[in-house]
Amino acid sequence: MHYSVFSIISQAFKGQKDWKPVWRYPEPKAEYDMLIIGGGGHGLATAYYLAKNHGYTNIAVIEKNYLGSGSVGRNTTIVRSNYQEPGNIPFYEHSLKLWEGLEQDLNYNAMMSQRGVLNLYHSDGQRDDYARRGNAMMMHGVRADLLNREQVREVVPFLDFDNARFPIHGGLMQWRGGTARHDAVAWGFARGADSRGVDILQNTEAKQIRVENGKVVGVETSRGFIKAKKVGIVAAGNTTRIAETAGLRLPIESYVLQAFVSEAIKPLIPCVVTFGAGHFYISQSDKGGLVFGASLDYYTSYAARGNLPGVEDTIEEAMAIMPSISRVKLLRHWGGIMDMSMDGSPIIDKTGIEGLYIDCGWCYGGFKATPASGYCMAHLMATDESHPVATALKLNRFETGHVIDEAGTGAQPNLH
Amino acid sequence: MSQLHRIASGGLINRTKPLSFKFDGKSYQGFEGDTLASALLANNVQLVARSFKYHRPRGILTAGSEEPNALVELRSGARHEPNVRSTVAELYDGLVAQSQNRWPSLGFDLGAVNSLLSPFFAAGFYYKTFMWPAAFWEKVYEPLIRRAAGLGKPPLHDDVDGYEKAFAHCDVLVIGAGPAGLSAALAAARSGARVILADEGPLLGGRLLSDKRVIGNQSGLDWVRATEAELASLPNVRLMPRTTIFGAYDHGVYGALERVNDHVATPPAYEPRQRAYRIYAKRAVLAAGAIERPHVFGNNDRPGVMLGSAMRTYINRYAVLPTKRVAIFTSSDEAYATAQDLIAAGGSVQAIIDTRADATISAPKDIPHFKGAQILNAHGNKQVQGVEIKLADGTIRILDCDGVAMSNGWNPAVHLTCHQGGRPVWDEKVNAFLPGTPPPGMSVAGAAQGHFGLKETLVDGSQLGAAAADELGFKAQAIAPPDTDPESLAHKPLWRVKSSSGKCFVDFQHDVTDTDIELANREGFRSVEHMKRYTTLGMATDQGKTANISGLAILGEASGRTMAEVGTTIFRPPYTPVSLGALAGHHVHKNFRPTRLTPSHQWAEEQGAVFMETGLWMRAQFFPKKKSEGWLEAMSREVEITRSKVGVCDVSTLGKIDFQGKDVGTFLDRVYTGTFSTLAVGKVRYGLMMREDGFVQDDGTTARLSEHHWLMTTTTAGAGKVMAHLEFCHQVLWPELDIAFTSVTEQWAQYSIAGPHARDVLKKLVDVQHDMSNDAFPYMACGAITICNGIPARLFRISFSGELAYEIGVPNRYGDALVRAIMKAGEEFGITPYGLEALSTMRIEKGHVAGGELNGQTTPRDLGLIKMVSQKKDCIGKHMSERPAMLEPDRPIFVGLKPKNPNAKITGGAHFLDKGAKPSLENDLGHMMSVAYSPMLKSWIGLGLVKRGRERIGDTIRAVDFVRGTEFDVEICDPVFFDPEGARLRA
Amino acid sequence: MRIPCPFCGPRDSQEFSFLGQAGLKRPDPAAPDAQKQFHDYVHIRDNKAGMTKELWLHANGCRSWIVVERNTLTHEVTGSEFASPMTKEAAQ
Repeated sequence: MHYSVFSIISQAFKGQKDWKPVWRYPEPKAEYDMLIIGGGGHGLATAYYLAKNHGYTNIAVIEKNYLGSGSVGRNTTIVRSNYQEPGNIPFYEHSLKLWEGLEQDLNYNAMMSQRGVLNLYHSDGQRDDYARRGNAMMMHGVRADLLNREQVREVVPFLDFDNARFPIHGGLMQWRGGTARHDAVAWGFARGADSRGVDILQNTEAKQIRVENGKVVGVETSRGFIKAKKVGIVAAGNTTRIAETAGLRLPIESYVLQAFVSEAIKPLIPCVVTFGAGHFYISQSDKGGLVFGASLDYYTSYAARGNLPGVEDTIEEAMAIMPSISRVKLLRHWGGIMDMSMDGSPIIDKTGIEGLYIDCGWCYGGFKATPASGYCMAHLMATDESHPVATALKLNRFETGHVIDEAGTGAQPNLH
Repeated sequence: MSQLHRIASGGLINRTKPLSFKFDGKSYQGFEGDTLASALLANNVQLVARSFKYHRPRGILTAGSEEPNALVELRSGARHEPNVRSTVAELYDGLVAQSQNRWPSLGFDLGAVNSLLSPFFAAGFYYKTFMWPAAFWEKVYEPLIRRAAGLGKPPLHDDVDGYEKAFAHCDVLVIGAGPAGLSAALAAARSGARVILADEGPLLGGRLLSDKRVIGNQSGLDWVRATEAELASLPNVRLMPRTTIFGAYDHGVYGALERVNDHVATPPAYEPRQRAYRIYAKRAVLAAGAIERPHVFGNNDRPGVMLGSAMRTYINRYAVLPTKRVAIFTSSDEAYATAQDLIAAGGSVQAIIDTRADATISAPKDIPHFKGAQILNAHGNKQVQGVEIKLADGTIRILDCDGVAMSNGWNPAVHLTCHQGGRPVWDEKVNAFLPGTPPPGMSVAGAAQGHFGLKETLVDGSQLGAAAADELGFKAQAIAPPDTDPESLAHKPLWRVKSSSGKCFVDFQHDVTDTDIELANREGFRSVEHMKRYTTLGMATDQGKTANISGLAILGEASGRTMAEVGTTIFRPPYTPVSLGALAGHHVHKNFRPTRLTPSHQWAEEQGAVFMETGLWMRAQFFPKKKSEGWLEAMSREVEITRSKVGVCDVSTLGKIDFQGKDVGTFLDRVYTGTFSTLAVGKVRYGLMMREDGFVQDDGTTARLSEHHWLMTTTTAGAGKVMAHLEFCHQVLWPELDIAFTSVTEQWAQYSIAGPHARDVLKKLVDVQHDMSNDAFPYMACGAITICNGIPARLFRISFSGELAYEIGVPNRYGDALVRAIMKAGEEFGITPYGLEALSTMRIEKGHVAGGELNGQTTPRDLGLIKMVSQKKDCIGKHMSERPAMLEPDRPIFVGLKPKNPNAKITGGAHFLDKGAKPSLENDLGHMMSVAYSPMLKSWIGLGLVKRGRERIGDTIRAVDFVRGTEFDVEICDPVFFDPEGARLRA
Repeated sequence: MRIPCPFCGPRDSQEFSFLGQAGLKRPDPAAPDAQKQFHDYVHIRDNKAGMTKELWLHANGCRSWIVVERNTLTHEVTGSEFASPMTKEAAQ
């Protein structure tokens, strides 16, 4: 059913009795045209765009848990396109443009809030690095603003400008960046896909991709074998575990990343702020909680939880830029599994097995990519061609050397 | 008159210590031993807060850390703290608290209009609207929502109190000091095991502080005191009151928060406010007790509605009668104890409304007793003024009362058992979720395990405490506990009252009602996680401690599933909220990270140096002659003097690695791109190091001091990672090589003396037996020497500046003296100290690569250093540096860049475009990596990467800096701007 | 998490840095398909869910590279040894 002010008002008078389920709980069919393994943000977006842009409706999303149970529902909700490498810029900018029209497209309020993303710099060298990045963005028509210290102070006066170990010299601002309500993104895509006929099979685990004569024929699931000629692996942190059932070995390692939220307080932080003398990012949710995170817990893991050193490091960084939040309290911290690629950039590509496609390597930047990842993966699965904004995101780029290493830290995933 | 609700005698308060405090500007009195909540209740303050969404008036629901309602802002100014649970805030003299999330006042809150609009504000309504027009979200809707949301005001000043981090180790950690925890600690401690007993409250005892019980021949309280006394007397026991174990992490690491000085107005001098611990425990016994469940009925959130167990706590522990005419609403026999305590305290029990038709327990004499009855609604606004009861026969009665005590069974505090993935399991017998698989090494005792009876709790604790010690090899024995007084625990929870007309709250703080949960289910949010996220049930500051289980039950009922089928959401750390300050400890302000200073830092300070952060190091950036001299002026002067006379620069921060062994040459051949095994003793060579993926990771020099003794330098920034990399290469790749090496960065102070007079200065310092002539000690020579009459030193004739230069290293302790000696010796030649700015300018003039170029994205070929890569041997990174993309002719390559107008201030980070080319990624030619003003060329100069740059020397392109708003024509040139033949450094 | 260092004993994981999968053999640089082999060596990982052997450096301790046997699903650590056979031998 269509959502609007009018539907809300009319339901208010009917005791909310007529709202319809946002999605179905279908039984799996024996065969689909395409299967998407993974009912997270990217998988659901892939299904949505396959249906909407390419007319595929006889498709299903296989999700081992509830839909949106992975990283899409446990990230720090940052949306931006402030990338430096030419392989990334068009893709993330495409994503941001999709974000800008997403709610009207989905008829679902994902609370996309373009409140700005501010990357602080703390040295002349870092300023020049950010200038390089900002200029790379501008080359593609993506606006970036290099702020000096006083301009930063105007935006975020509560930061530590006077007594910091690594003083703030300025920042790179992308005003179009911001945050979105993470769960709503998954739900909005799910609702949109479902309403177009896509079967979202929750609590259905992909056990084995069946390949015969170099071609995909379907997927063994916890609810039986499902036939399909095209299968997309969109399984984020569990990518390796799914891919290895088809005999693929990948340039991916899975690490745990923690995220944090404080108790709700009245509005303090107007935009997203990142700390340049460490690796820390923070924003404030509409509900009032400070939402933040930092580096990976630096060991490989499939257990969605982190440890105290990571917690303490993160909060030390929080205090490094905002000592005034000392008496605000940490409410909850949790961990998710990140599919870290060897250059820190994603992969949307064919696999060498006919009919098997892969969308992975999102590291800890997958949320902002959700719409474009789905868009480009759908394009790839429907046309067998990379979408023009995703041509650099090749699986074989490590062999050819066309790596996309924003951080310059090399083939060591836990450093990206 | 004050403290009207204070009971005349009893309680664990100190009536000889009255304390005054203020709430919302009004003064009150309480006693030592009170919490803010008990003191407010003693003064009959019932309305203390407003709810999150509807701004409904709220009172005090609980007497513990699970409190969802009674949050306040505590203290003021730099000690202002939002969202303090008044139920655990200990009262101190002069305490100041204010209510929060209301405007203009607690009594009259305009936000309460939301309550009237609540038909529109059903769960998740915001996902369905606020989308038109699109631009309105950030400008109109969101600011409104944000202002209305949130709870307390954020602090605006830096905290004036300090925090500490600490570490503790034990054999057995006992979490919670109620009857189970005390028994567990005692049983373990008597065996000699090292025991830590932690409890979130200031007093040990748990429910025994709140309920009048008998253990053996003494009162429950006396048993607590005796047990505590014995524990305190044992040297192997550490009691930690006011300490919350907030998280159970891998391998027996527990996070703990000790509230060292929250119970006083300000911490005493040199004491922290709070202390965050990592406790390393071989075993843990979780004895965290249980949290009583409220009933879900109409207007169950009105001030005066309270948990029955909390009511007993206020009466027995704090000697406060929260409300005087109480309706007891129960599904459990325990409420009858509440009734007795109320009567004994002089309160009136208006009725006992028991939801169980078959309840067998009898009510105290003369108390109206309704079985099979329910409270449909509470009446009243800022306090309960009566309740509407539906009797077993269906008749409706209105009962006068000013408070309601609810007892609906208990939820074991299983939270810590879930921190490593354990899922609680529903138990039909006790109507509760019990621990599933606790983390390794943890066992669960007492009420947390669903053993609610006092006797079984004591047995449980003692057995598990003994077992934990026993498993570690201590001879521990369970202590047979004495008998306890009889108690009746029968209960049958009622998850919701159905025919209420008022709002029935499940999650009080977030204003989630039973119908919100039904709506979520109706809309397909059937997974418990979906329901939670859609309704925000359990996501408030209390994380749903009183709400979650009722919410699950209602979801189960709505969707036709059992509790076991619905399952729970995941409990995550921390158990209760933890101050960010405590988790950061002393790592704030300048102490965020260590500060590394070179041995001659003080000398540089005396010279008036301006310092800059370089990683953890503080390095001199430039040495202004007078205050008004800016960096450009000072740098230019330092360069000019160095290039014309002589300068000295502190290069102690460069990484230094001392190698010994017969295979060092072989090893270096493998890790450097060039060949080192052929390096003669007494010589230095420049080295370039790649990562295995073929990109440059660092550069530096290595000197061969003797046949088997070498010294490597690395960049300042790269020192740590290069060391780890080399250790990997040795220990993992080539352990058979006979080498040993260690970092000596801190052991040696090192100074560069550069300029035409460098040798003259040096000669005055070096002991006479050393021949410093160009022939005897030519460019790239090195050696161990003595200076200043026998002080050992190492001398390297290497040059980053392009001048005749030496780097001289001395043991760290001589660094300060040496730089002063150099300055003195150089005085007659006009020596200047120079800082990083001058160093950087001179290296750019010479086209040397440094930080901006060694950014992990460049190959030796990109940097024009392919000649440094020996083609006769393999080395780390060789194969990967020859991947097709790295050989593409279009790949940007290292060149010099000179603005056509020498005064044009070109900038690092600018990108290059051909003349007339439109900005686009395709037209992007590369970027400027480093720039400097060259005093020698009287022009700005730069180093950058330009597509086909080497073929385009002499071409003019545009350096475009969009983000700084500049654009300059620059000529592509050779990167060596100054003295390209290198005559000066060989002089 | 605590990592058992064969030299120092059990220590907080914070003292260590982590590299990744242990047991990868650096290819023979002279092999005809060396470039392909190096690609795999540098980039391709088992990334196993379950018991793994991985390289840790006791960076803020004895600076030994050690091979830790750890379960990536549970974080359980079942053993560790020096990465260098020479050190292993010397320790025995």
